[in-house]
Amino acid sequence: MGNYLAGIFGSSPIEPLQMHMDTCHAAVRELVVLFQAAANDDWDAAAEALKAISIKEWEADGLKHSIRRQLSRNLMMPVPREDLIDLVQTQDRVANLSKKTARMVLWRKMRLPEEIKEPFLALLERTAAASKKARKSIRELDELYETGFRGAEAERVENIISQIEEIESETDRMQGALRGRLLEIEDRLPPVHAMFLYRTVDLVGEIADSAEHVGRRLDGLLRL
Amino acid sequence: MNEAVIFISLAALFGVFMAWGIGANDVANAMATSVGSKALTIRQAILVAAVFEFIGAVLAGGEVTSTIRKGIIDASLLSDSPELLVYGMLAALLAAGCWLFIASHKGWPVSTTHSIVGAIVGFAAVGIGMEAVKWGKVGSIVLSWVISPLTAGIIAFLIFRSVQWLIIEREDPLPRARRYVPFYMFLAGFTITLVTLFKGLKHVGLHLSTTEAYAIAAGVGIVIALVGRFFIQRIKVDRKADKQFHFHTVERVFGILMVVTACGMAFAHGSNDVANAIGPVAAVVSIADSGVVGQKSPIPIWVLLLGGIGIVFGLATYGVRVIATVGQRITHLTPSRGFAAELAAASTIVVASGTGMPISTTHTLVGAVLGVGMARGIAAIDLGVVGRILLSWVVTIPAGAIMAIVFYYILKAILG
Repeated sequence: MGNYLAGIFGSSPIEPLQMHMDTCHAAVRELVVLFQAAANDDWDAAAEALKAISIKEWEADGLKHSIRRQLSRNLMMPVPREDLIDLVQTQDRVANLSKKTARMVLWRKMRLPEEIKEPFLALLERTAAASKKARKSIRELDELYETGFRGAEAERVENIISQIEEIESETDRMQGALRGRLLEIEDRLPPVHAMFLYRTVDLVGEIADSAEHVGRRLDGLLRL
Repeated sequence: MNEAVIFISLAALFGVFMAWGIGANDVANAMATSVGSKALTIRQAILVAAVFEFIGAVLAGGEVTSTIRKGIIDASLLSDSPELLVYGMLAALLAAGCWLFIASHKGWPVSTTHSIVGAIVGFAAVGIGMEAVKWGKVGSIVLSWVISPLTAGIIAFLIFRSVQWLIIEREDPLPRARRYVPFYMFLAGFTITLVTLFKGLKHVGLHLSTTEAYAIAAGVGIVIALVGRFFIQRIKVDRKADKQFHFHTVERVFGILMVVTACGMAFAHGSNDVANAIGPVAAVVSIADSGVVGQKSPIPIWVLLLGGIGIVFGLATYGVRVIATVGQRITHLTPSRGFAAELAAASTIVVASGTGMPISTTHTLVGAVLGVGMARGIAAIDLGVVGRILLSWVVTIPAGAIMAIVFYYILKAILG
């Protein structure tokens, strides 16, 4: 026999959202692996990494769809449904951009010129750090639900979010410097290759941006 | 008086059937929150439910029983033919019991209170005549069905907001929980004891002055708070499961509070819902005993005992399984939420029981859960299901009424 009291508790979106962010961050980590392999000219390892990223991106997509299905219009939640859907979409972008970048690198067998190798890998590392912080903030979601998005816990999360913002502006500066370096050496590179290098720098910057947006969305939930 | 023996045995039989249904079904809704939040194991929940349902039914079930017995029908119209009232009450019991059995078997949301009130109104309006129903009283009963979930919701909102403000939002929720939770225990013990003393104990023959009642209620509250404090101090911090603010341990502190409110909820449920089974029995017994529509006689204590035993029996035979399944499915209702909902619902129900209003305990609990949700306390509440539950009485009342009318004419044909 069924019981109706149990039915009024819809399934909580917290855990799926956290799993989704974990998956997206895993894709970014694999992207770091991919660039390191590419820098070492190890294209087998790079292909492995692309495969791993594609799987993560696919998993994230599946989670995203199930979260959206789960958030039916009948639910009464502490935060608006639309904001949660925005949040999961923003998280998803991190995985999507990782996959896009990885594909491009592998497709063009893109090698980084020695001059920008070090600053580029540094930028990538900071981008991964931003995504990790974003994941950390999302991991606080269960505690935020516990406190009803108020008080000391909310302040703690705001703190994490401002750390993400700091890292993101750091990556902005790194991006600027990297473009400057590219500009200095672009005449010596094949033009199309130079174009794609610029594009890659932009894409990695967008990943950091998306990680920051995850924090912003979460911050938006705190300010309701 | 061969006839009287038949009437009383039938009434007792149907009454136990109905009480069994209440114990099998409704009790699960009162206890499942405690099991779901792991404040109680299923075994403990059964024990708590059995003891407190029984105490609630026997000590505080009298007022509502009176309402069901003689508040809905103007029995003075029946002084010439008291047997019609007997047939009607038997029919109402059988109808509500059957409806409850069918609906719970199918998993439909159903309120025992609404079905018995619908059944009594149904047989009286059709079998006797529209003027036999005390429509004013029925109106106020129906009104109480709207007011009670609303009241419970508001109280739950306020209780939970106070918990957020005092404990959850702070830098140091764990020491604060240890400090403040005993006060909520006091509140729970004090409120429920006070209302019971004021309204419930009259038929047990206990008459207390206002000061005495307050003193006893405060005493009970303090004892509960002290015992609770003892258990709270023994809770150790679980470092593995905890993050910065120790919410895992905080919830375990609230878990102890929830044991107290679960007792209160079982008590409140027993005090209100036993009447649904026992009110008609009491009506039949008083007529069969005296042969007249005697409205003055007190409710025999054995009738209340019968109801209490029936509920416990239903709980033991069938309710166990329901509690287990429901408990597994409402794990999102953590103790800090569950207690607020239960305390609000229990207080509302006990007050309603004291004034003799037969309200739906499930609807009141649903109202309280919504109140906690309003305070941003619950991750997701399915308003579609809530709507179906709250509207279910629209179906339940005519269903109870129609079945009661059919049974009434059948019983009249057989016995009359």
